[in-house]
Amino acid sequence: MSSETKQILTTDGIPLEVSLKKAERRNKIKAFLLVAPLLLFIIITYVFPIGDMLMRSVDDKMVTQMLPKTFKAMEKWDGKELPDEEVFAAFHSDFIKLVEEKREGKLSTQLNYTKNGFKSIIKKLRRKSKSFEEGNYKEQIMGVHKRWANVEYWQAIKRRAPAYTGQKYLKGIDMFKNENGEIVSVPEDRRIHRVLWLRTLEIAFFVTVFCFLMAYPIAHLLATLPMKYSNLLMICVLLPFWTSLLVRTASWMILLQQQGLVNDFFVGIGLVADDNRPEMMFNKTGSYVAMTQILLPFMVLPLYSVMKTISPSLMRAGKSLGGTPFIAFWKVYFPLTIPGIGAGCLLVFILAIGYYITPALVGGASGTLISNQIAFHMKSTLDWSFASAMGLMLLTGVLAIYWVYNKLVGIDNIKLG
Amino acid sequence: MALPKYTEPHYRIWHYIYLTICAAVFFFLIAPLFVIFPLSFNAEEFLVFSDGMKRLDPDAFSLRWYKDMIYGTKNPWGLATKNSFIIAIFATMGSVILGTVAALGLSSRHMPYKGLIMAVLISPMIVPLIISGVAIFFFMAKAGLAATHLGIILAHIILGTPFVVITVTATLSGFDHSVTRAAASLGSNPVNTFMKITLPLILPGVISGGLFAFVTSFDEVVVVLFLAGLENTTIPIQMWTGLREQLSPTILAVATCLIILSTLILVTAELLRRRSERLRGINR
Repeated sequence: MSSETKQILTTDGIPLEVSLKKAERRNKIKAFLLVAPLLLFIIITYVFPIGDMLMRSVDDKMVTQMLPKTFKAMEKWDGKELPDEEVFAAFHSDFIKLVEEKREGKLSTQLNYTKNGFKSIIKKLRRKSKSFEEGNYKEQIMGVHKRWANVEYWQAIKRRAPAYTGQKYLKGIDMFKNENGEIVSVPEDRRIHRVLWLRTLEIAFFVTVFCFLMAYPIAHLLATLPMKYSNLLMICVLLPFWTSLLVRTASWMILLQQQGLVNDFFVGIGLVADDNRPEMMFNKTGSYVAMTQILLPFMVLPLYSVMKTISPSLMRAGKSLGGTPFIAFWKVYFPLTIPGIGAGCLLVFILAIGYYITPALVGGASGTLISNQIAFHMKSTLDWSFASAMGLMLLTGVLAIYWVYNKLVGIDNIKLG
Repeated sequence: MALPKYTEPHYRIWHYIYLTICAAVFFFLIAPLFVIFPLSFNAEEFLVFSDGMKRLDPDAFSLRWYKDMIYGTKNPWGLATKNSFIIAIFATMGSVILGTVAALGLSSRHMPYKGLIMAVLISPMIVPLIISGVAIFFFMAKAGLAATHLGIILAHIILGTPFVVITVTATLSGFDHSVTRAAASLGSNPVNTFMKITLPLILPGVISGGLFAFVTSFDEVVVVLFLAGLENTTIPIQMWTGLREQLSPTILAVATCLIILSTLILVTAELLRRRSERLRGINR
């Protein structure tokens, strides 16, 4: 028999294979059309803006566009000695234009990010430049303030020439590009960001550890108790979980204040003297205590759902084969809970690393995290490109954690509730 | 969990230590919430238990702060409550509709690039809120939606859909697709099949996803802090400013109301979860 006669036809006379493929494709398109609205929405309102953050974090066109002639003239300048008259004249002409457009304030803010001290000398220059005579701008500008005669300030301006820059990322780890183009650390007393990154990691790590140590026993208890008791106890986990974050933070603010119940208790049992109540809020202790309690349900729930699936007969088998309860637990029960431990720790660590509200309220100066710094630059200094750069550094860290987790445990092993 | 009679003494001790640790952890979890209740009825302005309260003197308690919350002059709670509910309700509706439809597509076995698309859709849940806040703010500022209700609603839809997608896909994983095929073979069109057959069956998942979306929006403060103007203030924003500036007992009155609300939500969510487990045949 030839192959053609073997071919099965549908009632329309189309080969079955073709018809099936067509149906398959139609189903694919149908499924995709259902997902499309949300996918488009998320891509436009969320994924692109994160890309926008990336652009903003490296974008440095603002100064480039404000001082076009200056940067053109600076191309020939070696950057070692003070620039010559040509650069000063170009800077003067750019500056006059900016003053006319009332944009010199923006320039001073921008240049101040690169080097402190620009604000006042630009203000002074604006005032004096009105009475400038034509020609010999170098001497006139240098006469306005002695910093204008300091080569470091001109080097700072030159550093802002490129339209794209990685300097915000360097600033995020307390480094900068110096006059000679080398990447160096800022002086030790001004390294605020490294301290913050380390503290964020430290607090996130210890909060995860505390949560794990506290969640493991209660998740085990919830999973092994008879249903009617465990349901009741589950409320203790779920009620905080569903309660507003701000409400829970407020309750810690009340408890931890100097006249609060926790201090009362310590005084009551004679641990501390009444006139020497320790400060438990507005420092790291506050962040640790409040964050641990707030994130604890996120550790309990995945652990519980994994432990629930472990048959109690496994432990009995372990014991009957001669293991002590501890060995049976360690060799049988514990390894089976690893997916839950992984999911819980990942969840808590990632939530903790990006925590903002609670540290801002109970953390004080020594308990704030990198997110607080990002919010500070978004809302107070308005240095959005720096906020973007630090946000993306944090995001990279979070994605790296997911990647490592996926390699070690497998993201599919995560169980949530 | 009673110990068997043959348990050796030192394991018995260990068992009691374990139970004590558990009790302490449960206390640590739940006790802070109960500090708020009595203090919100404080007759005085301080946030500590007065001597009168410790003696349970009726004069030390009052409804003063609840009155202040509702009738207080120049108080923002009325506007904030209205805004919070409007934003949360619309955000929930948007999340539920977009999320459910997307979940239907995602659980079709014909869906191409399932893993990648799922990762994109749930990314707002995975990325730290502060970063989402910055990104969404940039978008809304460009689109001219900063400091508008619409902007905040859209932002909360972004944050809420992952929960709906996850819960509904989970419900659909145990869904018997032959019932929809049966409906189709009996002449029902796809929309009709969805409304009459699929939706009633996956409703518990949809509602619990919606509850998550509602709570996410109702409790969300990081993104709103970036987006809200004076007119768009919400309950969390007011609590945030209140907690930063001066801790007044009025905040505790509001907090008490919020705890009652979350209790209601918890009960609803639990009932739904059990119903859905029953429907999916997970009996324990």
